[in-house]
Amino acid sequence: MNFITPILIVGIIGLLAGVVLAVASILLAVPKDETAEALEEILPGANCGACGFSGCSGYATAMSKGEAKPGLCSPGGEETAQKCAELLGSGDVSVEYKTALVHCMGSYDNTTDKMIYDGIESCSASTFLAGGISSCRYGCMGMGDCVRACEYGAVSVCNGVARIDPQKCRGCSKCVEACPKGLIKFVPLKRQAVVRCSNCDKGRDTMQVCKIGCIGCKKCEKTCEDGAITVQDNLARVDPQKCTGCGKCAEACPRNVITMLEI
Amino acid sequence: MDGQTIKTLVAIFLAAILTENYVLNKFLGICPFLGVSKKLDTALGMSCAVTVVMVIATAVTWPLYTYLLVPGDLGYLQTVVFILVIAALVQLLETVLRKFMPPLYNSLGIYLPLITTNCAVLGVTMLVLEKGAADPSFGYLQSLVNAFGSGVGFLVAMVLFAGVRERLEECDIPETFRGLPITLVAASLVAVSFLGFGGVVDRLL
Repeated sequence: MNFITPILIVGIIGLLAGVVLAVASILLAVPKDETAEALEEILPGANCGACGFSGCSGYATAMSKGEAKPGLCSPGGEETAQKCAELLGSGDVSVEYKTALVHCMGSYDNTTDKMIYDGIESCSASTFLAGGISSCRYGCMGMGDCVRACEYGAVSVCNGVARIDPQKCRGCSKCVEACPKGLIKFVPLKRQAVVRCSNCDKGRDTMQVCKIGCIGCKKCEKTCEDGAITVQDNLARVDPQKCTGCGKCAEACPRNVITMLEI
Repeated sequence: MDGQTIKTLVAIFLAAILTENYVLNKFLGICPFLGVSKKLDTALGMSCAVTVVMVIATAVTWPLYTYLLVPGDLGYLQTVVFILVIAALVQLLETVLRKFMPPLYNSLGIYLPLITTNCAVLGVTMLVLEKGAADPSFGYLQSLVNAFGSGVGFLVAMVLFAGVRERLEECDIPETFRGLPITLVAASLVAVSFLGFGGVVDRLL
């Protein structure tokens, strides 16, 4: 009944393995960034990328290195920003809330379809056919890829154009990725002017396809006292950091394509 | 090393890939085969990790068996001891990777512990000993080459199947077959195709 030997052998092998592993974990230890780990615990863990970093662990690492400030996490909101700020000892922070915005007002009141489409009911699919069903080749086709992408019900299609409810938008950027025309972009959630058009064609061509599209006349650029709105490529663009929300450009616009984003 | 030995080694290496492929002929390691073969880069990384583990595991377990267990009449302890050693090795590999190759560690992260309980790794260590029992000239070196070949065979099978699966994504598959069923059917067809390699290695050399 020599069962001592096998037990001993297995036991010794196990012990040896344990010792080797213990030694290895000490010798080959990777210095853990405790701050980054603690920060990552606070963050929502959705890995949505709204902060601009590669997932929550990327943002936590950047914050602990001082490369990013708390408050960039839209889904986390005020609470997350406060907790991160407390951990980092950087005092109070205000969250830079963002909302996604559809830069197109091409509803059926303002534009038409250039074809009768009988295919897959998806914006990405219809883009392959001569640039989409909408007369304006930059514009929203209204087939709802963005609606389906949104998990919070913030996007809806009304009268052929998509619109986003800023109250429901969590800044997860799924709709931004879903739009094949790249019409959906983030804007800070504050009172500011937004140009709801993405048409870069010359004014005359734009007028032929849409009643409300930006023609690049530069009236807004001349009216703005802060230099926040400029026309590039026949399209007016607003710099949200400079815009004071005075509303003068919106009044001046002959096409009524500039609106004020109200919160 | 004379010409005959080299020939034998090459034969062993090729046989491990083509005629005795661990996934497609021996049907071991199906779990990672089906689980990780969705994307080409993860499949590649996983199979490289498995190859390393297979070689190191054989390198450690073969002398352990031949010089410790067999003389002591403890051949039956094979399974337990080998699992112990493989588990420890994989943990060690994980620690080493985390220290010296963080990007690789991050991309493979969760798959490494999966290799521990992978029957393909245990299979290599144990089946190589069976070969040694049947053929006395099948020694340490031959076992190592066999293990390396098995790893490469695993890699070939994974990469091939990843390609097949990527093509499957674009196909119009009936509702009942979507997901696992069609994957299993495709895997079995790939396995059948590998039967065509039967006899190639013997004729080659």
